[in-house]
Amino acid sequence: MTALVAPSSFAAPGETGREAPAESRPGLTLSVPDLRCAGCISTVERALAALPGVTGARVNLSRRQVRVDGAVDPAHAMSALEAVGYAARELDPDLIGASDADRYGRDLLVCVAVAGFAMMNVMLLSVAVWSGAADATRTLFHWISALIALPAVAFAARPFFVSAWPALSAWRLNMDVPIAVAIAISCAMSVYETAYGGHHAWFDAALALTFFLLVGRYLDHMTRKAARSAAAELTALENTRVTRLSKNGRAAVRPAELQVGDRIQLVTGEQLAVDAWLREGQALVDRSLITGESDPVAVGPGDPLTAGEIILNGRLIAEVSAVREDTTLRRFAALVELAESAKNRYTALADKAARIYAPAVHLLAIAAFIGWIVATGDARLSLNIAVAVLIITCPCALGLAVPAVSTTAAGKLFRDGFLVRHSTALERLGEIDTVVFDKTGTLTTSTEISGLESLNREERGVLAALARASAHPVAQAIAVALNGEPEQTIENVREFVGQGVAGEIEGETVMLGSPEWAGDDATGTAFRTGEGKVFSIVRKEQLRLGARLAIDGLRELGFDVHMISGDREPAVKSVAANLGISRFAAGLRPEEKIDYLEELEREGARVLMIGDGLNDTGALAAAHASVAPASALNASRAASDIVLLHESLERLPDAIRVARSARRRVRENFAIAAAYNLIAVPLALAGFATPLIAALAMSTSSITVVLNSLRVRLT
Amino acid sequence: MNVLAILVPASLVLGALGLVAVIWSIRSNQFDDLEGDAWRILQDDEGPSPD
Repeated sequence: MTALVAPSSFAAPGETGREAPAESRPGLTLSVPDLRCAGCISTVERALAALPGVTGARVNLSRRQVRVDGAVDPAHAMSALEAVGYAARELDPDLIGASDADRYGRDLLVCVAVAGFAMMNVMLLSVAVWSGAADATRTLFHWISALIALPAVAFAARPFFVSAWPALSAWRLNMDVPIAVAIAISCAMSVYETAYGGHHAWFDAALALTFFLLVGRYLDHMTRKAARSAAAELTALENTRVTRLSKNGRAAVRPAELQVGDRIQLVTGEQLAVDAWLREGQALVDRSLITGESDPVAVGPGDPLTAGEIILNGRLIAEVSAVREDTTLRRFAALVELAESAKNRYTALADKAARIYAPAVHLLAIAAFIGWIVATGDARLSLNIAVAVLIITCPCALGLAVPAVSTTAAGKLFRDGFLVRHSTALERLGEIDTVVFDKTGTLTTSTEISGLESLNREERGVLAALARASAHPVAQAIAVALNGEPEQTIENVREFVGQGVAGEIEGETVMLGSPEWAGDDATGTAFRTGEGKVFSIVRKEQLRLGARLAIDGLRELGFDVHMISGDREPAVKSVAANLGISRFAAGLRPEEKIDYLEELEREGARVLMIGDGLNDTGALAAAHASVAPASALNASRAASDIVLLHESLERLPDAIRVARSARRRVRENFAIAAAYNLIAVPLALAGFATPLIAALAMSTSSITVVLNSLRVRLT
Repeated sequence: MNVLAILVPASLVLGALGLVAVIWSIRSNQFDDLEGDAWRILQDDEGPSPD
């Protein structure tokens, strides 16, 4: 069998997902989030195949992607999909390439297939032995079993040998050491027994062990791969172009191609990819991702711009001051790295179990050997019993206990829009008891000005001109809301500090400011026209979809809900009042947010932080577990354990419920595995364990554990 | 018992054929998009094949 498959090397097991990049073919990969059904597949493929230059288009529904082959302009392809009703975005080929060719997963699957095939055949032959084949027939069946089992084990159990060897040669124990030792010794012992016409051969046990453990490892790999490729996709989506101005005119380039000193053009709606100095033009920028302020900030020539800011209006020319690693954004990466190492110090349940388990198994087997040799003086019998102990205690169910649960839970969460990024994230999420939200960008999404509907065209023009003349945040927000309206000319504009701004049109005074100053019974901000009419203009922050439901759900689960923000006190207070959050803090700098969380943790709380901004990065890292919305900056997503792919927060309590149930199931699985051992180990120590008992214990415990894990779906 | 000399190799060969088929399908990317392929079977026209 093995000759059919070219031997491929296994690097470090489980972890190394960095496969060799796929050979580059001309074409592109598009992310199409709305792909759902058979109809979508044919519509999308047909629309793309009709384009000139396209040689083939193939949808991958599991990944919600379509791969287009041939020389084709990305813009053309995207507009063709737009025309049939699908929003598509181009993925950065360098980043997505890593998840394209999943060599390790494929090799693992081949190993599972080989081990499964060999196990079934040997099991059939073993049935004949168990049901009474004797003498020459038994020995013949054992030899055939050996013929199948030895090459199959040599091929399929490589992942365990490859991982156990470095650990053994450094005199350490990992989870794979008892596995590798049990497989190797049982094969060797069985060959010896077969050669001398013994009763018991353990070939089927060695293969069953390999098969079940490989299934566990494959599940584990699939979960990690799904998280990794989706995370790569999120990053690859930021495949933006920047307009660079040079002597030869303008060109759309990738941010990575920019150099310090380049001049770039920025237009409304654009998010900065680099740090820059503003050279020409004036504009309002949204800094909420960086500082948490909900109010737009006015900038003019000479002002610095930071990567991550969004231009709200205006057309600017700026000079690049820092690129790639030097941008403010990237400097936060240091914080993120710190956080990662803190998270890596967290010991997962499985590792805790393995640490006790691996030495215990070996001690038990050695004790059995010594005990029997002292009692009987029969080395062959003692060795047989030691092998039986090794096999019976071997962690089939233990190897499946965690991966089966985490695959099920991560799959369920992914369907609910949560992407689990970190391998211990689920466990940590299941332990939290306090939830801390960031405000801007997390609980609120945008600022809305209401009260403009009742104004006529002329009044709007006056309001726009007045608003633009003031630096007050509310005025700035009004100016953004009225962006593009033809302005009226106002004379004699004056700003009254703390009150508002006033001007004159044809001798009549127009005012915009506090109600006490500009109008009598207005609420919010008052706007008085030349004819003396007064309008109320109210600025309100829009809550994120499902924010209220999420907070109510969290309270129901018994969590403390806090809100911390870098924004001004009044804005924070009004959102807190709106959502009924009593514990909040405003005007916090990034370090103060971390302090706030550390204070909570000192009091014994396990905190879940939910935030999106650059100012939250540290807090996301410091928290026990963290969630970032997909709209967050890459740096914040990198610092968080879980990314929320949907717009709505509604499902957050469900996610915590799933995490808690996953934690419970893992513990139950360990208990089940231990219970089987409690029954089987005394049998093995007493010398009653036969290959039949080992096969029964191994299969039933593995199946029970998998079925128990599937219960996570029911939560 | 002589029948075993034929039956055992025969069953092994049949099983091996299955194994070869599985390995072939893994190597030709048929496990890459399980969700999409489940739907594709319902389509009337032949789409492009996975590479």
